[in-house]
Amino acid sequence: MAEAIVFWTLAVLILGLGVMVISARSAVHSVLFLVVNFLLVAVLYVTLNAEFVAVIQVLVYAGGIVVLYLFVVMLVNLKKAPERYADPRRIAWTGTLLAGAVLAEVIAIVYASVSSDEAGAAGGGFGADTPFAECGAGPLVSCNTEQLGWVLYTSYLIPFELASMLLLVAMVGAIVLAKRHL
Amino acid sequence: MTLEAPRTSTTQFDTDELVINMGPQHPSTHGVLRVVLKLDGERVIDADCVIGYIHRGIEKLSENRDWTQIILLTDRMDYVAAATNNLGYCQTVEKLMQIEVPRRARYLRTVLAELQRIASHCLWLGTHAMDIGAMTVLLYAFREREFVLDLFEEFCGARLTYNAMRIGGLPLDIPPGWDKKVLSFCELMEGKLNDYEMLLTNNRIWLKRTRDVGVIGAEEAIGLGLCGPPLRGSGVPRDLRKDEPYAAYDEMEFNVPLGTRGDTYDRYLIRMDEFRESIRIIRQAVEGLPEGPIMGKVPRLIKPPAGETYHAIESPKGELGYFIVSDGKSTNPYRFRVRPPSFCNLQGLKRLVTGHLVADVVALIGTIDIVLGEVDR
Amino acid sequence: MLETVVVPLLKIAVLLNAVLVAVTFLVLMERKVIAWAQSRLGPMRVGPYGILQAIADPIKLILKEDITPAKADKYVFTLAPIMSLVPALVVFAVVPFGPDPLYYVSDINVGLLFIISVTSIGVYGIILGGWASNSKYPLLASLRASAQLISYEIAVTMTLVSVILTTGTLSLVGIVEAQREGGLWFAFVQPVALMLVFIGGLAETNRAPFDLPEAETELTGGFHTEYSGMRFSLFFLAEYANMIVISAIVVIMFFGGWLAPFPNVPALAFLGFLPPWVWFIGKIFLFLYVFIWIRATLPRYRYDQLMGLGWKVLIPIAIGNLVVTGILKVAF
Repeated sequence: MAEAIVFWTLAVLILGLGVMVISARSAVHSVLFLVVNFLLVAVLYVTLNAEFVAVIQVLVYAGGIVVLYLFVVMLVNLKKAPERYADPRRIAWTGTLLAGAVLAEVIAIVYASVSSDEAGAAGGGFGADTPFAECGAGPLVSCNTEQLGWVLYTSYLIPFELASMLLLVAMVGAIVLAKRHL
Repeated sequence: MTLEAPRTSTTQFDTDELVINMGPQHPSTHGVLRVVLKLDGERVIDADCVIGYIHRGIEKLSENRDWTQIILLTDRMDYVAAATNNLGYCQTVEKLMQIEVPRRARYLRTVLAELQRIASHCLWLGTHAMDIGAMTVLLYAFREREFVLDLFEEFCGARLTYNAMRIGGLPLDIPPGWDKKVLSFCELMEGKLNDYEMLLTNNRIWLKRTRDVGVIGAEEAIGLGLCGPPLRGSGVPRDLRKDEPYAAYDEMEFNVPLGTRGDTYDRYLIRMDEFRESIRIIRQAVEGLPEGPIMGKVPRLIKPPAGETYHAIESPKGELGYFIVSDGKSTNPYRFRVRPPSFCNLQGLKRLVTGHLVADVVALIGTIDIVLGEVDR
Repeated sequence: MLETVVVPLLKIAVLLNAVLVAVTFLVLMERKVIAWAQSRLGPMRVGPYGILQAIADPIKLILKEDITPAKADKYVFTLAPIMSLVPALVVFAVVPFGPDPLYYVSDINVGLLFIISVTSIGVYGIILGGWASNSKYPLLASLRASAQLISYEIAVTMTLVSVILTTGTLSLVGIVEAQREGGLWFAFVQPVALMLVFIGGLAETNRAPFDLPEAETELTGGFHTEYSGMRFSLFFLAEYANMIVISAIVVIMFFGGWLAPFPNVPALAFLGFLPPWVWFIGKIFLFLYVFIWIRATLPRYRYDQLMGLGWKVLIPIAIGNLVVTGILKVAF
């Protein structure tokens, strides 16, 4: 019961803040709402016993990326609204289409993950050969971090390394684009 | 908040220039200097000095005071080196009236001028280091400046605006034992100089903040009309104590420290060396202090003959010159004009700061060592 | 109910008050230590040797007029000091003052990451405070602050990873326990990491020689130029609380937390006569003293030099340290 109350409160707050993010008049306020939003999402992770993900959420999103957003918002003069495109209707159409695509994607992911959860529910996703057989005894002593590390460096090693390469390429690319003369 | 800059289509990012008013109320503009900085990010692309906030019309006032009263006014120009101002003025009038100053007075004037140089450099060192963030040096340097002020207090009763000289000599002879105190101060100061240097000279952060900051070449320095340590920092051997000796400098042995790179660090080193040279001069002057009168033959009513003259001395900040016109009839100057070193050195600020960062601006204001009382007069 | 709600709440109440009182006395300590370094006496008027200055200062700050600039963003202007102070205090939830659960509020198994992430939130106070003041010097300062904190956070976090590699746990209690079992403080095992974390810590708390966001001789006080009264003092409290946090991290990670020196040497066992929390707090104050000492000694870096130091010196060394630690860990 308590869990349900916490979840629904969080869910309502997160969605409400999401709306605030896109409706706030000042760009800085909008970024601020985004920060609070991320912090609440982190709390949601904590209720799921995923404290590692929660902390990383705070560290990377709230503490890192959004700071950079703020940086940009403050540097660039956003007092004036950006210029509108000639045909607002076309943009609206594209936006609706894109939003629909994203929604479909999310539903597909949720559906797929629910079905895979059912398949791997036995043993919490970890077989007896992994060192996590006795994990998850208490609420705040789960081996969530270790489990995540284990999965990343065994089953998902290649995607993980590929992702890091991708980020590196993006980083180098950003520097090349931003710096006129190297 | 941000200024509207003309938008050009070539720049993709819309970053406006930021115009910042540094001063007149700012902790590191050394008084009421106002610098209008135009910034691109933190880089200075233009600087404009606005002066006049402490203008008291000393030059015009002087035209309505009699010749002795003007000494009081000169105190209030470079108020951290009042004795040097007195000296410059008195010598100019002496030159105009062709008064012979007794040797003892000339020696004592040299001692006072060099003590003043130490006091002024102490203040410069403290504030310059404070601007760059080394706050302990400020307290140390002010502690030693206090000793100089004590010596002046014992000599003439004042600590800031001394009125320490008279046309033709000195108002008072030194109190008994004063020369011993000066010598023991020299001893103390030498030790303290090593303390300052330990904190700064080889400090990596100090080096990073001052090396290659505000570099100015010899020719350009001359062209801008710089004088004093900023000029010598660029390697120009111009020191009026050597080039046009006054007081007792022709009888003293000392070196003129010169810089090679013309950056802030060189100017720092030069002033640190000048401390030592000053101590050397004071020692020679006090030890060789001749006996005799302290006042030359001066008429009761000072009334210089008609004519004009310019005389300059090396103040702690640079070439301090007085241009005086006398009509020969009245007891006050017909025209009185000062060439203040701070004012001339301030001309270089715009050239020095352009292209540097905001943090360098305070370092560069510190390195040219200005006193606004002298800039505005 | 007693175990899960009342006791933790009591602990939190005691801890918060202790931290805030410690902060006010830390301000006094800073004034005193710097005064001694500069051959002055420091505060001497309020109470014996000026000790009560620590109480007089907060009273003065609370009574001062609270000014909001006319064109400031009122909500953000009010929010910024709070956002600055709260993370600094939240961090203490996981700081263990001793070995038993009595000495800490909670020991979560991502304790170290928790500290890093929560302190990274603290930068918002500075950025928003500078922006909301609608004034140029604070704006410049807050831009400096955001760039500085992000850069140094990377170096510090990456360095801490190499310590985690040697312990295999993120729990702060676990890290101290690992030092007890090893019999050696990590300061001797990871000296490079210690230097990096300490330098990065100086930069993250905006302390000299990295106090650019509040450089009063350049930016007239920096991000808190427009603040006054209690709002200003919240920023002030946050800075000093962050100093305590960084000192606590250094002590826990490298100086054995609450352990006495060389806990496994029997000849030094008599050092255990002091309770563990005394050791812990004593070590913290030692580092706070070093913070103050550095402030009294060094000039300030310039903005570009600071970024250069962060990105071109500290981060490469941190990566190198991480690689070497990893190799040694696999080899032995």
